[in-house]
Amino acid sequence: MVYIALAAPHIKPQKRNVIIARTVAQHWIEPHAHGIYVKPADMWIDPSRPAERALVTHGHADHARSGHGTVWATPETLAIMALRYGTETGTPMRYGDGFEANGVKISFHPAGHVLGSAQILLEHAGERVVVTGDYKRRFDPTCAPFEPVPCDVLITEATFGLPVFTHPPIEDEIAKLLAAREANGDGCILIGAYALGKAQRVIAELRRAGYDAPIYIHGAMQKMCDLYMAHDVPLGELILATGLAKAEMKGGIVIAPPSAMNDRWAQRLPDPITAMASGWMRVRQRARQRNVELPLVISDHADWNELTDTLLELRPSETWITHGRTDALGRWCELHQLKARALDLVGREEEDES
Amino acid sequence: MQAFAALIDGLIYTRSRDHKVRLIAEYLRDTPDPDRGWALAALAGTLSIATVKSAAIRAMAEERFDPMLFRMSRDYVGDTAETVALMWPDIAAEAVAPTVSEVIDLLNNTSRARAPNLLAELMDRLDANGRYALLKLATGGMRVGISARLAKTAFGQAFGVSVDDVEEVWHALRPPYAELFAWGEGKSERPDPADSAFFRPFMLAHPLEDGSVNLEDFAAEWKWDGIRIQIASTGGETRLFSRGGDEVTAAFPEIAAAFNGIGVVDGELLVRGDVQGGEAASFNALQQRLGRKNVTAAMQAEYPVFVRLYDILFDGAEDMRSQPWTVRRERLELFAARLDPVRFDLSAIIEARDFDHLAEMRAAARAAAIEGVMLKRRDAPYLAGRKVGLWYKWKREPLVADCVMMYAQRGSGKRSSFYSDYTFGCWTPDGVLLPVGKAYSGFSDAELKWLDRFVRDNTVARFGPVREVEKSLVLEVAFDAVHESKRHKSGIAMRFPRISRLRRDKPADEADSIANLRAMIG
Repeated sequence: MVYIALAAPHIKPQKRNVIIARTVAQHWIEPHAHGIYVKPADMWIDPSRPAERALVTHGHADHARSGHGTVWATPETLAIMALRYGTETGTPMRYGDGFEANGVKISFHPAGHVLGSAQILLEHAGERVVVTGDYKRRFDPTCAPFEPVPCDVLITEATFGLPVFTHPPIEDEIAKLLAAREANGDGCILIGAYALGKAQRVIAELRRAGYDAPIYIHGAMQKMCDLYMAHDVPLGELILATGLAKAEMKGGIVIAPPSAMNDRWAQRLPDPITAMASGWMRVRQRARQRNVELPLVISDHADWNELTDTLLELRPSETWITHGRTDALGRWCELHQLKARALDLVGREEEDES
Repeated sequence: MQAFAALIDGLIYTRSRDHKVRLIAEYLRDTPDPDRGWALAALAGTLSIATVKSAAIRAMAEERFDPMLFRMSRDYVGDTAETVALMWPDIAAEAVAPTVSEVIDLLNNTSRARAPNLLAELMDRLDANGRYALLKLATGGMRVGISARLAKTAFGQAFGVSVDDVEEVWHALRPPYAELFAWGEGKSERPDPADSAFFRPFMLAHPLEDGSVNLEDFAAEWKWDGIRIQIASTGGETRLFSRGGDEVTAAFPEIAAAFNGIGVVDGELLVRGDVQGGEAASFNALQQRLGRKNVTAAMQAEYPVFVRLYDILFDGAEDMRSQPWTVRRERLELFAARLDPVRFDLSAIIEARDFDHLAEMRAAARAAAIEGVMLKRRDAPYLAGRKVGLWYKWKREPLVADCVMMYAQRGSGKRSSFYSDYTFGCWTPDGVLLPVGKAYSGFSDAELKWLDRFVRDNTVARFGPVREVEKSLVLEVAFDAVHESKRHKSGIAMRFPRISRLRRDKPADEADSIANLRAMIG
């Protein structure tokens, strides 16, 4: 029943002055600043520095780093890591597959975040611990849907862990996008979207809404789109925007990574309206800070209701909250008589999806 | 309400002034009366709903939501109305959204006590964007970057009439401006401006940068650090306008009441006597009065305000604007002599031998109320806006000190979610840091990102929204003046501090001492 704001013991202890309500008894899973350590198996989950043995939930760079010894991940995540880091190899774990390492049973389950994203279930000494990684509960044509996994301890993300974040239905956002394209026939719509996951989801949703014209993409996205298509995610006709004449893209939709939007790269486009597909777009000033004219509230993370509904559904006896708004979700747990503690992982504080 | 909500969002996400004007013009053309009239009033700042105060909205929220979750959300979003709009449950699916005029009628005919419940019922009939627009409409202050002048410009564009014609009749009319729209659409004659005092656009100055001017061609005046204001009076009525053309008469009733001339003058609103040179809070108090619909006698007594006159646009009915500055100045001196000296005086001309002499005088001037020097071309007419080569502002060189960052807080508005407000301190002889000021400007966007990251990575304690940071970062702070203050433990306060440089190279113990700052008191 206690909510404990607790810094992981290994982060710059000399700089921290956080009040520790009580010392948490040594658990066989240890949260560290640079990842979650599964002690009996001597394995790290999503370590942010090279580890001998790493379990990786999904391919985003803040979870899948290069330079590990042995990696266990889904085949799709391994393919993404191979694409990004070149040399990466590992042991493929399909959804539902498991293995045992020194008394810890480890298995992978769909998280619904991006292609190949997984939750990791750890079973040891009669206790079940689920690490969600990043997840969402909404339908996504580009990846397997989240599966709730009963557990004693849930280590959950909380990127959008504030009650102001409720993501609207994606159909509404796609309709808004298509209406803006319709109204701007002489120009184009430039959408800023993460190269892994968000871009492909937006494309697939556009196709689902019946938009079958070619979609123009930034060069940095091509390989990832090819990888998705090779994994049976149809994306329709994609054309590289690089090198095209302005006139060819008139009335079109262009997708680029957020970093390219206010860059010289965007000057090649015909009179673009800048859109951004992100859960942060829910807050007006966040959209304005990024010079966004057409905010699209599309997120691959669970929103507040998905986070809290999942906790009510699973009712773990303990919830550990990682990167994101740990304080607010912790408060909610307290109000709902759920035991929770906040973990402080470095490099993943709230700007995750930017 | 949906069309109005879409307009508000459009204005928020649009940067170009012309595009904003176009969006408003389209809305005004396409929306029926009286909705568009209320919307125009909301944009121009002439809509006031007495039954709703923003404190009531916060109270309504804290009653429905966990106060702690609400505060965390408010802290993140940076805006109470938006926070409530976003947190409110969506149950609008089958409900019929209210129209703007329905909202106005309901709120105008309720009591302050019942208004929160009424608002809640209306919120249940709207989606998140509609709820945001509703709360902004109810509390006033749309914060969409629209001045009264721009709203009138949009009206002019919508119906092909001149904005000056709109200004002239504006104050004779009341929301929802049915006569104005009837005239705009050619269905009736232009309304009678009656005996109306109205706004004329200000003449503005360019910064001088590194140039110099010949004082034979240019007159020099002090640039006073108050609030630029225009007073227009027909004799029958007197109105005060701020730079954007927003009417601020109600905020400074003592000025309007004391003005016994007929015509239009341009000046600076200041606080009398020691107060202006003393606590920086006096200027803030003036600023806060700007937005008020009425002020108490106590506020008027605490900070006695007066207007220092710069220029005359109309003397009686005579339009002086095409006359050269020399002619206008003579007329202004005659005009000012007839006014109450308690509330009005004349901005003095600086008698300098030449430009170098002026530069010396500028450097020596340390009175807190002097912001720098204004240079005005002697043969220039009074022209709206910023025209090249006619008026220059030549701001005083700021003072600087190296201070150490102590606390940080998230900004609001455009900077919500960034730690952008910094409290910094200087050293006592015993090696203790005491806060000397707070700044939230002066850095680039890239520096802001770096500062934000620094705060997050170096937090040593949290006090609600405030983070205490490790005392390791030196900030070079620029400020206009420093003076004694009983408010701060350090005994001093800065006037208009801003971050001028990040001194990541400098060790914190080499930052300035409070004694160094004290020596700069002018």
